[in-house]
Amino acid sequence: MRREASVGIAWAALLVVLAFAAPGFFSAGNLRDLLLANVSTLLAASGMTLVILAGEIDISIGSMFAVLAVVAGITARAGAPMPLAALTAAGAGALLGAANGGLVAGLRIPSIVVTLATMILGRNALNWATGGAWIENLPANFQWFGLGQTAGEIFILTLAAVLVVALAWVLKNIAAARAVYATGAAAESARLAGIPVRRVVFWVFVSMGAMTGLAAVLDAVRFREVQSNAGVGLELKAIAAVVVGGASITGGRGTLLGTGLGVGLLASIGPALTFLHISPSWEKAIQGAIILASIVIDFARGAEAKKNG
Amino acid sequence: MPPLLAASAVTKSYGGVRALRHVDFELHSGEIHALVGENGAGKSTLIRIFAGAAQADSGEVRFQGQPVTLRDPLTAKALGIAVIYQQPALFGELTVAENIGLALESGGLWRRIDWKQRRRVVRELLSQLESTIDPERRAATLSMPEQQTVEIAKSLGAQARVLILDEPTASLSEREVTALFGVLRQLRRRGVGMIYVSHRLEELPEIADRVTVLRDGETVETRPMTEVDRATLIRMMVGRDIEAVFPKREVPLGKIVLETRGLTCPAAGVNNVSITVRAGEIVGLSGLVGAGRTELAEVLFGLHRPSAGSILLRGNVVSVTSPAGAVRLGIAYVPEDRRRHGLVMPMSVAENVALAQLATVPGLRTLDFRSETSNAQDYTARFAIKTSSVATPVQTLSGGNQQKVCLARWLTAAPSVLILDEPTQGVDIGAKAEIHRLMSDLAAGGMAILMISSELPEILGMSDRIYVMRSGAVAGQLRRSEATQERLLALALGEEGAAA
Repeated sequence: MRREASVGIAWAALLVVLAFAAPGFFSAGNLRDLLLANVSTLLAASGMTLVILAGEIDISIGSMFAVLAVVAGITARAGAPMPLAALTAAGAGALLGAANGGLVAGLRIPSIVVTLATMILGRNALNWATGGAWIENLPANFQWFGLGQTAGEIFILTLAAVLVVALAWVLKNIAAARAVYATGAAAESARLAGIPVRRVVFWVFVSMGAMTGLAAVLDAVRFREVQSNAGVGLELKAIAAVVVGGASITGGRGTLLGTGLGVGLLASIGPALTFLHISPSWEKAIQGAIILASIVIDFARGAEAKKNG
Repeated sequence: MPPLLAASAVTKSYGGVRALRHVDFELHSGEIHALVGENGAGKSTLIRIFAGAAQADSGEVRFQGQPVTLRDPLTAKALGIAVIYQQPALFGELTVAENIGLALESGGLWRRIDWKQRRRVVRELLSQLESTIDPERRAATLSMPEQQTVEIAKSLGAQARVLILDEPTASLSEREVTALFGVLRQLRRRGVGMIYVSHRLEELPEIADRVTVLRDGETVETRPMTEVDRATLIRMMVGRDIEAVFPKREVPLGKIVLETRGLTCPAAGVNNVSITVRAGEIVGLSGLVGAGRTELAEVLFGLHRPSAGSILLRGNVVSVTSPAGAVRLGIAYVPEDRRRHGLVMPMSVAENVALAQLATVPGLRTLDFRSETSNAQDYTARFAIKTSSVATPVQTLSGGNQQKVCLARWLTAAPSVLILDEPTQGVDIGAKAEIHRLMSDLAAGGMAILMISSELPEILGMSDRIYVMRSGAVAGQLRRSEATQERLLALALGEEGAAA
């Protein structure tokens, strides 16, 4: 059975239980809140899928997310129209990603170390620059892109869905994505097949940065001000979703469908507990157990495949 | 008195490939016993069995007349069998004293280290070897002979009864060799038995008492060193007929496609190499393991930058700075270790076949799954690749079929130069013949092929022309008509007066 299928079945089972035990979970209001609250995780996890497929990791996206939300806020406050503010955030994200990617691919420093450094650097530079203050007095066109709440919500969800579906299509159908898979599965073989693996790694980080920028914008426009301490722990949520979705943490295997299902499963745990009247303090423990289970299954299968291979 | 260490009728196979067949070998104490043979004759396997690193499938190993089971390296070490490999395995970040101390001191992981005692012991061992190495130096800073000296000091301290030396002089200068021989003679006087593996036949009369020749995993003969000369040894090493029939076809040769002029790359150990390969020509690259053949291929494929000399394609100087660049120039390289370097194991046959194309066309284009599949199907049919479908992951295929997938990939990219590194190593007989037939077809189609092989019959059977490498340089060149196993081996071993 494909890994995506098992994640999907687990999630579906949870939803079925909820349908009987707590139909309130499926109220329009709850579903809308659930989706909106997880748009940023979904986009970040999509970018993270690319990074992990290439055999790398990026733990700087949480602090990058905060920096880029502030960038979007400041750009909007300076009078830029919202599409421009969004593109600025995505572009700034691509630049930050290029810094990560340049260090990883150019100097061959392990990505966990590079992004650990840029994570700390980003968060503290932002603290210093804003003094911890939020970005206030945003123009009226900032919140919900000036569309009003209902239309704004629909717009955000649609845009996120389009982005993820487009990226899923790219991952399957574009030659460059195949190079990402090959790099993550066997970097040396890929290099000897003539694939420019360092360029692949560089661009994967750039994409991750751009996705983080878009995630930051779509998240920030839900509010009237931009918090300067957003995105704490986003990197862990994204990595968890990718792993639960069946991607190999060592690279080379995984799909965006799996990642989407992973985000859905993990994000449903918290609200499900509330509706089932179980203490919410179980949320992290259950999520942790799911992550552990998927990794154990993965490695057990890997060992199995090796034995049979 | 029974021999110190003996093997009788030892047989060992690796995945269907017979590495040793009924091998007999005897080592007496106070003897330096040379072990010689071509690449793949079984020397390393025999050493590994004595060292406990591999176990014989059948046959017996005796130590001082008693049958012993060398389950693992520790068992062998406990008996007093020490091995010094060609690449000494010291801990680079630890000092010389720490390296030696760790190997010698008993008492478990929680013992208290007596530093004074350790330094005294180490200094004494090193002075016995007349070495001036500072015990406080980090092992990573030691030269190759210094590292070997430390290894010998370790075995000296462990009171080794049997010392196995694998190509100890391969990277030593003349003066260092003299020093090493002094140490070995000293050990011989103490009754240590030594197995001495070397390709340098000329040094054997100086140091060895007896010599055993292995060929194709079998013992040819054991003789006193004084009875055999160099020519006899070489004859004993190669004395076999070319059994396999090689489907080499005579093809009219075209223009020179690949040429190197004084190509030098110290980092890779390639020194002033000038070769040519014509369209339609299969050029063999022969030589011993470590002679720089793979390294030359790696320079040609952009894995190392040459420091001097040039690479020419069809008469134009080109700069090959990366594998991606090489592929774009039309140079393909099928590496020796296809599991680690050749294929992307979890990917399907079709995806692997399409891999090299990724490098030659822009990345932002949609994949054409239909043509990918049909192209892969064409090749599986043409090359008789045994796989249930082209969607099967290549890791489930046999070695020969994997090699054919690797070839199919490069042919899809339509290179003008194909470099093959040990193309049929670990491949079964049937697949081997098919790969050879393919090579012939490709040459007939005008491709320039450079083939590295350690198998002399393959080199002789498939090549139009042969370069023999030794110590990173071309030691000589032979035409198909003038090449014999003896001449190849003589050049590879560096015999004076060989055809150049």
